[in-house]
Amino acid sequence: MKITVKLFATLRRGRFDRETMEPSDSSRVIDIVRLLEIPEQEAAIIFINSRHAEFDTVLHEGDTLAIFPPVGGG
Amino acid sequence: MDKILRIDMGAKGGPQFKVEALGAYAGLGGRAMTSSVVAQEVPPLCHPLGAENKLVIAPGMLSGTSASMSGRISVGCKSPLTGGIKEANSGGQGAQVLARLGYAAVILEGKPEGDDLYKILINKDGVKIEKDNSLKMLPNYDLVDTLKKIHGDKITCISIGPAGEMKLGAASIAITDIEVRPSRHAGRGGVGAVMGSKRVKVIILDDTGLKNREPKDPEKFRAANKKFVEGLTTHSVTGQALPAYGTNVLTNIINEAGGYPSYNFREGQFAGASKISGETFADIETKRGGSATHPCHRGCVIRCSGTYVDKDGNYLTKQPEYETVWAHGGNCGIDDPDAIAQIDFLDDNIGLDTIEMGATIGVAMQAGLAKFGDAAAAIELVKEVGKGTPLGKILGSGAGVTGKVFGVEKVPVVKNQALPAYDPRAIQGIGVTYATSPMGADHTAGYAIATNILKSGGYVDPLKTEGQVELSRNLQIATTAIDSTGMCLFIAFAVLDQPDTFQALIDLLNAFYGWSLTGDDVTALGKKVLKIERDFNAKAGFTKEQDRLPRFFSTDPVSPHNITFQVKDSELDSVFNW
Repeated sequence: MKITVKLFATLRRGRFDRETMEPSDSSRVIDIVRLLEIPEQEAAIIFINSRHAEFDTVLHEGDTLAIFPPVGGG
Repeated sequence: MDKILRIDMGAKGGPQFKVEALGAYAGLGGRAMTSSVVAQEVPPLCHPLGAENKLVIAPGMLSGTSASMSGRISVGCKSPLTGGIKEANSGGQGAQVLARLGYAAVILEGKPEGDDLYKILINKDGVKIEKDNSLKMLPNYDLVDTLKKIHGDKITCISIGPAGEMKLGAASIAITDIEVRPSRHAGRGGVGAVMGSKRVKVIILDDTGLKNREPKDPEKFRAANKKFVEGLTTHSVTGQALPAYGTNVLTNIINEAGGYPSYNFREGQFAGASKISGETFADIETKRGGSATHPCHRGCVIRCSGTYVDKDGNYLTKQPEYETVWAHGGNCGIDDPDAIAQIDFLDDNIGLDTIEMGATIGVAMQAGLAKFGDAAAAIELVKEVGKGTPLGKILGSGAGVTGKVFGVEKVPVVKNQALPAYDPRAIQGIGVTYATSPMGADHTAGYAIATNILKSGGYVDPLKTEGQVELSRNLQIATTAIDSTGMCLFIAFAVLDQPDTFQALIDLLNAFYGWSLTGDDVTALGKKVLKIERDFNAKAGFTKEQDRLPRFFSTDPVSPHNITFQVKDSELDSVFNW
């Protein structure tokens, strides 16, 4: 299946801003995090299609996965 | 900080001042001080621009000490924008310097006859009030440059621009930063208009020859500060994300969450968000020779600010905050960082709240005064305010007035104050804060984004109503207490997550004052101040019907979640039932 992966802030360093990936069917968020060699504590905030997701959330064809490190502001 | 400076601007024969003991206000600082004085001394039904209103400027309880992050100053009055009590909070050097000069508060009272303009000088030798009409209508940066030539470059200025002199509802009070630039603002609620009504252009502070305030127990204080700083520098938000990208790191995440109000709150995502994100701004600043990491006051270890320079490397403005980038950016359909930086400078120079002005331009675009996305037109509209044209005065009066004058239905205000950069339909918790804060729509009053989106201090689903009232209540109480200490609110990210860092904050207060406060006492302080503020508003005519969002948030779903604001009125009315 094809999904879009977006990385932000420090997670972009040495990786990318946005890429299309083709993981195997029924891959979970954690599989992508590991594939990209992102330390688990650095993948602090995760969205799939603008909704909060967890490491064990299963991905589907056409999903947009966005991963953020811990951030704050206001 | 054992005295209060009262200046009667309306005294017969010209302004008079007196220095008083703290009396009943002993031990108070920041928002606790400003709200207590306003509630005690200002008639709730007075006209905000009349002689009966008072402008209270107060450093926090720990300001002027060696405690890190203690440089926040509170400015309070009855607000000309909301008609209720107001505390506007700012960084910059003002809090530290005023506290070292020994003043727990400066209170401007009365109102002079005629239109002479005054400057007030405060240094170790005392207080001088001088008439100076040569300063009339000077923008903030020009004013500070003029004053540095006269008073040297060791000064700290608390000033108003032309907007304050014109007594406009969006007028801010500028506080100079470490470089003596008027880049920090007590922005919200038209506090600059109240200073303008007193005919005070600037308060010039000079703490030359004075030292930090001394704690009762220096050893314990040093130890607590060490632990506090360790907590801040090792936490990933206060130690990494905020220093690297500043507050504007939020653009991408709020946009991703579908809570980024675009085109005057018509949509919840903005296609141009990545072009104006914190990542992009930091990249521009670094490449052009500006700086992406910079403190707004001495003693700050988070350093969330920066310096934005033009293509030739010349200073343009400080790193624009997330709220500013949103207000003048996505909210107006604008995705040009240089244009947004230019408007940030114009707002600071004219002396305007960037949130109120951005929301106002969004409403003006909705009315057809300019097209969404037209940055050049937005810049011209802000310039109109500085010129004081009739159109400029309407815009400078804020989003509410502008919406009324131009017949716009969807105007994002609560208690006539513009909503900041988070859509309350996609992030329901912040909607509770917007609706119920005694300040009018204000994100800082109870920053539910932390828990709804950033997973700081736990997690409450932003799209559901469950838990939002309790979240907003607890955050409003904690924030009110933090705003009284003089601590920057950003310490909350570390304090919410790390019990040791929260304890270090309490230890700092106890070691400084010789107190034995517990966490419960801090909560009690927050509740007490909120009650004072709510009581003032009730006497000023506010009812529960003012604790509501504009109707369109309940009737118009916003994309991409296609959701309305769903917290019930009866739940909103329970926020302050503790």
